Amino acid sequence: MKFGQPSTLPRWAQLSVLPVLNLLAALLVTGFVTWMIGEDPWECLQLLVSGAFGSGEGIGYTLFYTTGFIFTGLAVATAFHAGLFNIGGEGQAYLAGLGVTLVVLAFDHTLPPLVLVPLCILAAMGFGAAWAFIPGWLQAKRGSHIVVTTIMFNFIAYSLMLYLIGHHLIEAGSQNPTTREFGHNAWIPALHQLAAGVGIQLPNTPLNLTFIMALLACVLFYLLVWHSRWGFQLRTVGVNESAARYAGINVSKTIMLAMCISGALSGFAAINELLGSTHRMNVSFTNGVGFVGIAVALMGRNHPVGIILSALLFGGLTQGGLELSFEKPVITREMIIFIQGLIILFCGALENLFEPFIAGLFKRKEDK
Amino acid sequence: MEQWLSLLDSTIRVATPLVLAALAGMFSERSGVVDIGLEGKMLVAAFASGAAAFVTHSPWLGLLAGVMAAVSMAMVHAFVSVTYNGNQLISGMAINTIASGITPVLGLAWFQQGGNTPQLDDDSRFHDIALPFADALGNVPVIGQLYSKLLSGHSILVYLTILIIPLVSWVVYRSRFGLRLRAVGENPHAADTAGVSVARVRYIALFWGGVLCGMAGTFLSVYQTGSFIKEMTAGKGFLALAALIFGKWRPLPAVLGCLLFAFADALQIRLEGVDLPLIGQIPSQAIQVIPYVLTVLLLAGFVGRAVAPKAIGVPFVKSR
Repeated sequence: MKFGQPSTLPRWAQLSVLPVLNLLAALLVTGFVTWMIGEDPWECLQLLVSGAFGSGEGIGYTLFYTTGFIFTGLAVATAFHAGLFNIGGEGQAYLAGLGVTLVVLAFDHTLPPLVLVPLCILAAMGFGAAWAFIPGWLQAKRGSHIVVTTIMFNFIAYSLMLYLIGHHLIEAGSQNPTTREFGHNAWIPALHQLAAGVGIQLPNTPLNLTFIMALLACVLFYLLVWHSRWGFQLRTVGVNESAARYAGINVSKTIMLAMCISGALSGFAAINELLGSTHRMNVSFTNGVGFVGIAVALMGRNHPVGIILSALLFGGLTQGGLELSFEKPVITREMIIFIQGLIILFCGALENLFEPFIAGLFKRKEDK
Repeated sequence: MEQWLSLLDSTIRVATPLVLAALAGMFSERSGVVDIGLEGKMLVAAFASGAAAFVTHSPWLGLLAGVMAAVSMAMVHAFVSVTYNGNQLISGMAINTIASGITPVLGLAWFQQGGNTPQLDDDSRFHDIALPFADALGNVPVIGQLYSKLLSGHSILVYLTILIIPLVSWVVYRSRFGLRLRAVGENPHAADTAGVSVARVRYIALFWGGVLCGMAGTFLSVYQTGSFIKEMTAGKGFLALAALIFGKWRPLPAVLGCLLFAFADALQIRLEGVDLPLIGQIPSQAIQVIPYVLTVLLLAGFVGRAVAPKAIGVPFVKSR
């Protein structure tokens, strides 16, 4: 068996057959574990799917989770195209949440929504980008490895937020580490409210306008990466840094800008969560959205269409997993984290594991 | 004196799993394989050892199970990094995520205690061991006190770790395997030309890394808390990674890094809520964050320069 060789498969098969096989492998292992803890894997899968997509409410929640995952997936993908592995999405989303919170707490009773919400978005993008810029700068100018620095920055972000929320932002008189509730001016309208405005009944879910922004971001991402001069530079740096330098591309500028865009995209996950759903800041609001983004980007092979599909898969897993854990007390939401890990393993680290087998099949067909 | 001794005593306790994990990371990274999966390997080991010790009533069988669990994760990592030439960073991420998912799932299914394992009884735990004459020497000033209060009264895992440190240092710098290990991590093609099997060396390095991570995880569950608790590694694997970088991928400086971080941690618990002259209260988060900030500064070359093994993270594809 020869691994690590250039793929001989047609592109369509690389982009469709392999991810599906990888996903099946991950599900197979999950099924085995499910069977090991004494549950029926098939029944659990059915409960999971019907929990995620079986009702209007389920779909609403699925799409709400999908929104955050699209943004963090795009964030990881942006860095990936420049050859950078940004593990810091979690910390960047966290800091973006701080930006949002500061703006909201200062202005939510004075500014109208049409001014306040864009201001919040700018703050989220700015704070997220700034938190990603530092590792980017360190990588570009000082040669420190982005993976290690972003890991460290996740921990620094976490400690910083624990301190800020615990000592400064906490609601007066409250025991829980959360801020006060945001004023209604800072709430991003949920889709069911908007639909009710034009007379359509949708189930009551936190799915909000940020979802539309996520789809727009995918289009912009596509145009930027594949149809702009800067996107070409970005991908050149990602494929071969020294060739890019030789071609006169400013590599360090490209790296820093890629990280800033990456951080800004992570910031939107905070918008979705804070302004779209919880309407207050608490210690654990990011809840792993940045890490899921890594799996989403890997599975979606860093392409916006793939990212939407895999974000939908992870959104469904999150929502379906919650429903499943209500039905089957022995299966907790950590099962979903386990599946995420398997997907990262099979779709990321072992992405072409089944390539030799499939290539063999293709070859046999040609020989006939 | 008393206070200092107890501070140093808890430093040793906190440092032990860090030291083991950092040495594990050193084996792997010195062979040229990035290991950000230390955290995950420790976590699986903590669970496996806690569960096995509870079922078998033997801390040693617990240790065996912990080591086996961590080694099997290490072998997955080895398959990805060495045989398959895959992305080592992503593989490490996957190991961490799989570990934090699977441990509570199995824990809940097997023990029904919210994903933790049941508290171990006295027979199934590692105990503090009093070294010979510790009591008798307790009243001798300084040396006797150091011996009886600081050196004596730790678990067997601590003493094993103290033996392992010089052993690892010897292996890396003085043994045949160590020479090959360093050669493979710096220039695998040269090592290959000289007839060393790069794949074999990397598999062995990751295997021993797994063994050490297994001990680190076992220390947490079978000794320190006496049960597995969800996410009980809580970033210790990354702290060990930070110490490894802090020690510039060398065993003794990495151990010193661990001791430093552990000291800061032990100090922070004692400073909680204490008003210091001039500064006032130091928030505990400010101390927790020190290792991570130091690592970033070090990587950026602001305090010395951390130079990683040259071939780190690059899959070795034999040239034809």
